[in-house]
Amino acid sequence: MKARAFSYRRAYTVDEALDAHASNGDDARFIAGGQSLVPALALRLQAPRILIDINHIEELRGVTREGEWLRIGALTRHCEMLTEPLIAEFAPLLRAAAPFVAHPAIRNRGTLGGSVALADPASEFPAMMLALDAEIEIAGASGRRRVRADEFFIDLFETAAAPGELVTAIFVPRFRCNQRICFDELARRRGDYALVGCGMQATCKDGLIEGIRIAFFSVGNVPTRARSAEAAVSGGRIDAERIAAAQAALDSDLAPPESDEVPPAMRLHLARVLLGRLLGRLGEVA
Amino acid sequence: MSSDIDEAEEAVRVRFIVNGRKVACEVAPRDTLVDCLRNSLELTGTHAGCEMGACGACLVRLDGRAVHACLMFAVQADGARIDTIEGLSESGDIADLQAEFHRRNALQCGFCTPGMLINAHELLSRLAEPSRAAIRDALSGNFCRCTGYEAIVDAIAAVADARAAKASQKGSPE
Ligand SMILES: Cc1cc2nc3c(=O)[nH]c(=O)nc-3n(C[C@H](O)[C@H](O)[C@H](O)COP(=O)(O)OP(=O)(O)OC[C@H]3O[C@@H](n4cnc5c(N)ncnc54)[C@H](O)[C@@H]3O)c2cc1C
Ligand code: FES
Ligand code: FES
Repeated sequence: MKARAFSYRRAYTVDEALDAHASNGDDARFIAGGQSLVPALALRLQAPRILIDINHIEELRGVTREGEWLRIGALTRHCEMLTEPLIAEFAPLLRAAAPFVAHPAIRNRGTLGGSVALADPASEFPAMMLALDAEIEIAGASGRRRVRADEFFIDLFETAAAPGELVTAIFVPRFRCNQRICFDELARRRGDYALVGCGMQATCKDGLIEGIRIAFFSVGNVPTRARSAEAAVSGGRIDAERIAAAQAALDSDLAPPESDEVPPAMRLHLARVLLGRLLGRLGEVA
Repeated sequence: MSSDIDEAEEAVRVRFIVNGRKVACEVAPRDTLVDCLRNSLELTGTHAGCEMGACGACLVRLDGRAVHACLMFAVQADGARIDTIEGLSESGDIADLQAEFHRRNALQCGFCTPGMLINAHELLSRLAEPSRAAIRDALSGNFCRCTGYEAIVDAIAAVADARAAKASQKGSPE
């Protein structure tokens, strides 16, 4: 349970981090909260020769309002999702998801940027990027760019941020008073990765759902939007009929792969159960 | 390809404030904080169990927040303030928790206890009167292979009650 020997370098600016990675190529890894990377190193699933610590890059910190967006620095820790007033006001879905992410001490270290960059399909926050229609800011050799969450998650642990590029911030469209959120997950034990989880954000008018984004995690190789289910509940009031239609639509939205733990049919069943519960709750507050 | 010399471990000098005292030591970058505390600083109250973030035996306080000492490298903590179970014990800050754990048999082998206490201490500093569910939730990352948790939750709930009673006594006019 010991990592292979590596050397360690603290970066104080984004450019310094990018340069250090570029000059070491495949042998380098960024370390943020370390809550996923350190176990991977201990188990020797990964064995880089150099770790570039990004925890001291001031620019990656802080939560600020920028016009219609909330900018959440990549180093924002999971625990801050629970305490930062700007998150509660302008990105309440992240606040709702945070208690489900790991355990308190892991939330004290783990970062939003690390979670999104890693793109674990069983993780809460990457899927919430989809539900929020968030944009991910990436710094690379050719400068900065912003990528919509819909285009960010490509395949298992593969994102629009290439190796050596840094996720610098998450931009979330600010939450409006006619919007509603719902989040829940089914797990064997609190703090464990979910068997299946889901978060949604809807825009409502006079009790009608004008638009909705529904995102699932732990259902496949990438966090996944349930677009047919979204269509099934959009444009009307949420009632038993619409909920049933959305649940049925999940068959075409989700295709859970074979796994040792949970057979695909059971995962799909759990996803339908969860969706029903969440839409039911959403209907009460819409 | 890399020669044996390349593989030789570099040593890095790190300095922390551990339990209020300035300390310096030499570590290899891959040495975890828990190994550094136990082996170099001989603070063996912090336990190494799973070494992958799953059991909570290695919790310490880093700049005031509970973190897993197995999930960070000692070099990362350079310049930080670290409190281990030894320091918390000496300070008297958790004396009531320790007494209550003892009184209610909330420990048997004691392997999990330092982590339990550090987590309980953080919980009670954030939330004055946590529900039993909140206590259970806070302990979700701490494994105990002996007690069955019930006595641990009882002890933390009792300390929360006692502290709340004391605070309201202080607050009420004579
Ligand atoms: C016991 C346990 C239980 C957990 N349970 C959950 C859970 O239920 N749900 C959940 O979502 N997570 C869980 N986690 C993981 C935790 O949330 C991690 O914090 C998170 O996945 C990664 O964030 P990090 O900052 O720790 O990243 P690190 O571990 O530091 O890095 C992860 C990867 O991302 C890269 N990286 C990090 N930051 C950036 C960046 N800014 N730009 C580019 N690349 C970057 C690193 O190079 C590395 O490859 C658990 C962890 C443990 C140990
Ligand atoms: S030794 Fe750190 S969590 Fe188990
Ligand atoms: S008392 Fe033995 S592991 Fe908890």
